[in-house]
Amino acid sequence: MGQPPALEVVDLHKRFGALEVLKGISLTARDGEAISIIGSSGSGKSTFLRCVNLLEAPNQGTIRVAGEEMRLVRRRDGALAAADPRQIARMRAELGFVFQSFNLWPHMTILDNVVEAPIHVLGLPRRQAVERAEALLAKVGIADKRDRHPSELSGGQQQRAAIARTLAMEPKVILFDEPTSALDPEMVSEVLGVIRALAEEGRTMLLVTHEMRFARNVSSRVVFLHEGRIEEEGTPDQVFDNPSSARCRQFMASHQ
Amino acid sequence: MNFEVIVENLPKLLDGALLTVELVVFSSLAGLALAFPLALARCSPRPWLRAGPWAYIFFFRGTPLLVQLFLVYYGLSQFEAVRASIFWPILRDAWWCALITMALHTAAYIAEILRGAIQAVPRGEIEAAHSLGMGVWQAQRRIVLPRAVRIALPAYSNEVILMLKGSALASTITLLELTGTARTVIARTYMPIEIFLAAGVLYLLISFALVQVFRLLERRLGTYAC
Ligand SMILES: Nc1ncnc2c1ncn2[C@@H]1O[C@H](COP(=O)(O)OP(=O)(O)OP(=O)(O)O)[C@@H](O)[C@H]1O
Ligand SMILES: [Mg+2]
Repeated sequence: MGQPPALEVVDLHKRFGALEVLKGISLTARDGEAISIIGSSGSGKSTFLRCVNLLEAPNQGTIRVAGEEMRLVRRRDGALAAADPRQIARMRAELGFVFQSFNLWPHMTILDNVVEAPIHVLGLPRRQAVERAEALLAKVGIADKRDRHPSELSGGQQQRAAIARTLAMEPKVILFDEPTSALDPEMVSEVLGVIRALAEEGRTMLLVTHEMRFARNVSSRVVFLHEGRIEEEGTPDQVFDNPSSARCRQFMASHQ
Repeated sequence: MNFEVIVENLPKLLDGALLTVELVVFSSLAGLALAFPLALARCSPRPWLRAGPWAYIFFFRGTPLLVQLFLVYYGLSQFEAVRASIFWPILRDAWWCALITMALHTAAYIAEILRGAIQAVPRGEIEAAHSLGMGVWQAQRRIVLPRAVRIALPAYSNEVILMLKGSALASTITLLELTGTARTVIARTYMPIEIFLAAGVLYLLISFALVQVFRLLERRLGTYAC
């Protein structure tokens, strides 16, 4: 027995009313793996990622982070909710989430955005949190923006700030939901550059993306989602060049 | 136009203006404090928690301030129990009655402003807080409320200006604030045009000062960025 995988999702189901969006998804990310999740619009990629850290309540399934299982209870409407709010808060801090629309807090400076959770969730002393934040802002290339407000930054800079905010919690796994889809084309590469560097550092991550070339280059594994099921899974070469499912082949043909 | 009568009675009018400012400032602050729990309860997913504030807001927004002032000042004294209670020294005093009624009245409006602001905080910003490990209350306290306060500030400043003008109604329960003072001076001098003109200018100066205070506050809080 080695150490438990960074993230383990078993048989995840999610329904919105009568619509079954996830029909039993199991996925394991070992330490240092970068897994890309691709698939056509509406296949459930975002829903899957959001269920993993309970931003969306799944209807069934098991989620483990570094071997620790999320304790879930069934709500009256049939969906699963956290049994222990403190456990879920702690586990969410271990699962960084990077949103398509950044979701920085506009009333705070960039630095305050980054130090907020380390101070008030992890209990870090301010000085230490600021040191950590400054190092991260430098790492994503926006050290000079620390005292600006989000509205004063470009989209690419805002997304890099949001990545720094997530990294400041030192998460075990980072979930990216189309981090470059809201960006102007000329800003996409600066954000992809940051994500690539994180992958090369050996960060464990799940990345939902429409950037096929990028997915192919940085990920250790690629998952193709179709109508709420994993239709194809393998190394980038396998999934991109030699998919066994017809749907995946079709998808690849239309996303060259 | 007889300016002498204005100058002569200016000290009196200024005294009245001071009372008006006190009424507005204290009732707006007390109303704000009261509005927070009301607004939070109004946003609650639990129906039984929403019912109380709903009824409160329904009553205080649905009836005129004048009626509320009469009910508190003249109405409560009808009850022997009120007259015998320890609150009587306060409830027999026109100033306290005006202050309490105005605070209760404006709290209903501010609560609705705050509720709208709380619900206007983008979902994604709250999800970001949760995804970083903040609990429901922590996200509410650290992100939602500071954000909502900034969203609500312009509407709140508007409500304070409305209360400035509403405070003139306190003169109907014998309080000598600016309007009440103006009316007693006019009863003595028979110079309504001059005295009301002076009172009007004083009201303008007060609202100008209030607007400046809010402009400063908006700049300090950085509402521009939201
Ligand atoms: N809150 C919701 N309520 C009802 N239906 C929803 C909700 N969120 C998503 N859905 C539905 O679930 C399905 C999957 O949505 P999801 O956002 O996960 O797709 P996606 O793969 O991320 O697509 P895209 O590439 O467009 O982002 C869609 O049919 C969508 O309409
Ligand atoms: Mg999506």
